[in-house]
Amino acid sequence: MELLNASLIDWSRAQFALTAMFHWVFVPLTLGLGVIMSIMETAYVRTGKEQWKKTAKFWQTIFGINFAIGVATGIILEFQFGTNWSNYSFLVGDIFGAPLAIEGILAFFMEATFISIMFFGWDRVSKKAHLAATWLTITGATLSALWILVANGWMQFPTGMEFNPDTMRNEMTDFWAVALSPVAISKFFHTVFSTWILGSVFVVGVAGWYMLKKRNIEFAKQSMQVAAIFGLAASLLTAYTGDSSAYEVAQKQPMKLAAMEGLYKGQEGAGLIAVALPNPAKKSWNDDEKEYIFKLEIPKALSLLGYRDFDAFVPGIQDIIEGGYKLQDGTMALSFAEKQKKGEIARLALADYQTAKKAKDEIAAEKHKATLMENYPYFGYGYLDTPDQLVPNIPVVYWSFHIMVYLGGFFIVLFLAVIFFQRKDKLKDMKWLLWVCIISIPLVYICSQAGWLVAEFGRQPWAIQDILPLQAAISALSASSVKITFFLFLALFTALSIAEVRIMLNQIKKGPEEESK
Amino acid sequence: MSEKIRKFNWFSMFWDGFRNMTTLGKTLWILVIIKLCIMFFILKPFFFPNFLNSRFDDKESKADYVRQELINRK
Repeated sequence: MELLNASLIDWSRAQFALTAMFHWVFVPLTLGLGVIMSIMETAYVRTGKEQWKKTAKFWQTIFGINFAIGVATGIILEFQFGTNWSNYSFLVGDIFGAPLAIEGILAFFMEATFISIMFFGWDRVSKKAHLAATWLTITGATLSALWILVANGWMQFPTGMEFNPDTMRNEMTDFWAVALSPVAISKFFHTVFSTWILGSVFVVGVAGWYMLKKRNIEFAKQSMQVAAIFGLAASLLTAYTGDSSAYEVAQKQPMKLAAMEGLYKGQEGAGLIAVALPNPAKKSWNDDEKEYIFKLEIPKALSLLGYRDFDAFVPGIQDIIEGGYKLQDGTMALSFAEKQKKGEIARLALADYQTAKKAKDEIAAEKHKATLMENYPYFGYGYLDTPDQLVPNIPVVYWSFHIMVYLGGFFIVLFLAVIFFQRKDKLKDMKWLLWVCIISIPLVYICSQAGWLVAEFGRQPWAIQDILPLQAAISALSASSVKITFFLFLALFTALSIAEVRIMLNQIKKGPEEESK
Repeated sequence: MSEKIRKFNWFSMFWDGFRNMTTLGKTLWILVIIKLCIMFFILKPFFFPNFLNSRFDDKESKADYVRQELINRK
């Protein structure tokens, strides 16, 4: 057996996480601000008021800065797929080819075409044509996100495919099952709506700064008005789609749900944690330490959230490892040991299939292939030695989930407060609230990154759920080479982030009047 | 308010757009170009060769390698 250095796995994970999280600094602002500036331009086209044009143009400039600095940072993830994650890339090449090709075509042609009209086309095309270009720019960017999230959704819930042991590929058998997978769809809407919140908080925060400085008040009021109402709508939509996301997680990734709630022992009518302090002394799923130092929960809400039934049984980490509880389809859940056995059978069958094929023994090959296919849904368990490897990092997932939810709730209150005081025309004089708006900008980025952590840390150890764990997905490289590129990326992304913040702050200080010059 | 719209021409839009670009626009273009050069001319060829493509020429050899990896990896 080939045993890889643990630090290679850790550095490969760290590098991918670093790149994805930096990329995710730029993307949500592009998606969120894109819709807001489009709404502002729509207001300009509908009312004909020049102030709306000035406001829209300012936010388009901020959008342009973020877009220019963030563009292509995601391509680095694709570099890593080919170099660090070659086994994974080879196995999924057939599935990811279509969505990523569509993403590339849409991203490149749609965004590149219409963004040029958006920036260069003022006074060259009619107002309506320019507005259409602005909306099509952000539509293109959003559709790009759709295909990326379809690919990500497939990793969390592999569907619409069949494994071919001859080509060693998971081959797509049903494009629509992949594209319209309930996991991908709920993930897409939840993610995109959350980017709208980020864009809204960003605009509210910057507009709050102008109000504090008593500068460009009309512009700041318009920005607040659009962003607060849009942000409130986005928050409610995010909460709604968060519910459907949680339902999908409960059905397809029960371990992730258990980690999100720190639920070790399952129960019927399980409550949803409202406020709790998990016990830091609890180190393992099977030690005797209690789960929480204290907890306050909403009775039966987790059962309702995960299974649409107040009294449904929600499995905890221990139940998922030990099995023996009834699943939604009426069958009994397998234990880790049973799944591990099936995984080992599948791996052995793959080896036997190869031997039979080489010996040109077609009858034996067919028999081994049938065994492989029967056990393939548990293929990845064959690489795991102990049940501990099945459990993601509970504190990271638990706190990321709860920070995301608490901040999501806070933004609803913030948007309501901004709308209320704006209507009373008191907002510009409420220094404390304007400061809260400004401080909310870093908070919304924390919230957004926390969401990413829940989704990606929560599905550990899987690169492809149940089929391929990380240790089987990575390339046999030296850990030191991955370490070097990690620090190269860290330097590159830090430089880009500093450039982004400096250029953006500079432009914000200049203000919207600069745009009209 | 009436707007005077010139006859739309792709080439002149880009030509005038780039020629009359603000300092901010020029800075951003320089940043984009530097970034893409670092990514495609330094990072990709020197640090991120495609693991399988650099070792094998055809799909069968790659499939054989990945199969062995998945059978033997622990």
